[in-house]
Amino acid sequence: MPPDHDLDDYVDPYDPGQRRAPDGGPGALRVGIGGPVGSGKTALVAALCRTLGEELDLVVVTNDIYTTEDADFLRRNAVLPDDRIEAVQTGCCPHTAIRDDITANLDAVELLEARHPGVQLVLVESGGDNLTASFSYGLVDVQVFVVDVAGGDKVPRKGGPGVTSADLLVVNKTDLAPFVGADLDVMRRDSDAVRGEKPTLLISLREDPAATDVAAWVRAQVRSRALQSA
Amino acid sequence: MSLTALLALADSRLPAGGHAHSGGVEQAISAGLVTDPVSLAGFLRRRVGTAGSVAAGLAAAACAVVGRAVGGGAVAAGAAVPPSVAAALADLDAEADARTPSPAQRAASRQQGRGLLRVGRRAWPHPAWDALPTQPHHAVALGVAAAAAGARPADAAAAAAYLSMSGPATAAQRLLALDPITVAAVTARLSPLVDEVAGAAARAAAGPFGGLDLLPASADPLLDLLAELHVSRKDRFFAS
Ligand SMILES: Nc1nc2c(ncn2[C@@H]2O[C@H](COP(=O)(O)OP(=O)(O)OP(=O)(O)O)[C@@H](O)[C@H]2O)c(=O)[nH]1
Ligand SMILES: [Mg+2]
Repeated sequence: MPPDHDLDDYVDPYDPGQRRAPDGGPGALRVGIGGPVGSGKTALVAALCRTLGEELDLVVVTNDIYTTEDADFLRRNAVLPDDRIEAVQTGCCPHTAIRDDITANLDAVELLEARHPGVQLVLVESGGDNLTASFSYGLVDVQVFVVDVAGGDKVPRKGGPGVTSADLLVVNKTDLAPFVGADLDVMRRDSDAVRGEKPTLLISLREDPAATDVAAWVRAQVRSRALQSA
Repeated sequence: MSLTALLALADSRLPAGGHAHSGGVEQAISAGLVTDPVSLAGFLRRRVGTAGSVAAGLAAAACAVVGRAVGGGAVAAGAAVPPSVAAALADLDAEADARTPSPAQRAASRQQGRGLLRVGRRAWPHPAWDALPTQPHHAVALGVAAAAAGARPADAAAAAAYLSMSGPATAAQRLLALDPITVAAVTARLSPLVDEVAGAAARAAAGPFGGLDLLPASADPLLDLLAELHVSRKDRFFAS
């Protein structure tokens, strides 16, 4: 068959799930961490680096809106060496960079993977956005959506692709519930109602800076990718 | 020739990374040089006449190189490109370097070339993709994309000239919160200039000597300077 892009039935044969590392192995699991501004995405990335950094070879891509704030935070807190963090510019449109035109993010991911052969986990933090933000599965294998209790217990009910379809929904800052009058049971119930079988975790990074439950979920995903494509 | 291929190449929807580049307008805005639709039009005119013209010539030449050697559009299975194609594309890549004095602009061009290579080789499979360096200049990759998609050198030039205007126009619209309809009007008024620049570049690329020296080589020291200032900033929305 010729390269048949003139034919009606041409389908791009590329399958991100079957991606291979240069060594022929399955390559790193790419995890998107998205969610509204200030919900705790960077705090979660830092926590995952601390908790999983010893056992997994990991790197991070940040999508700061205007500065390199998030990348600098991760560097400053010495969670990861400098050469394991890349920041990309998003042209005033953080959402486009993770969903509609993922080029800059793919460049950053590929750069980090080339710089650290054998890397097992790539965390991509999106710029703070709104409830409609979601990652393209051309960029990540699984995605985590982080909302916070301080935004009000209505957030899971409001829905949006992040809340309804993310592979893991994290409701962060449960420690703040009493101060903002948020009902955690309502958040749990509303999340379960729109998410079907997909998991939701209510956490407080203030109270558990290791993000134990989220780290366990990520660990399981890394393992399942390794098994799946072995 | 495929008109749709030309439309696809000039479409900002093509996911090749262009949305994160402002074509220098972010820095021009910071420097107070672009503040409103009138100064934006002036900026775009300058940019189309320099960077746009250079890119148009290189894109047309790259498209012609591939077209002459293997033909454009879908090609037979297992078709290979002769080594002369890789050499000619490498020459054009070096010409792009020589015509782009600002290191920041060279890097931005290669970053976008790599993005176009990534989407182009999957959208329009063609052996010529393998004849490009891994991080080609955008204009050279655009020429190959045009050939692979079944467009002509003149189309490649048109897409290059158009993109040199549409990218910064959109960026300025976002950064200054301009009326998008005004920006559409500004770019519409500039289309004769874009056509003229693209036409001249395509003629140069098809010139009697086929010589690289005939390709447009205009430069704009102000835009070079702005690009260098921009890349050293930490607080910016755009990659260039
Ligand atoms: N009380 C409380 N504060 C938290 C918790 N997790 C994060 N924070 C704080 O919330 C603020 C925002 O956290 P970040 O991690 O920067 O949030 P982000 O989602 O990365 O923000 P952007 O990248 O700006 O969208 C910081 O001041 C954190 O210290 C939590 O569980 N409880
Ligand atoms: Mg952050």
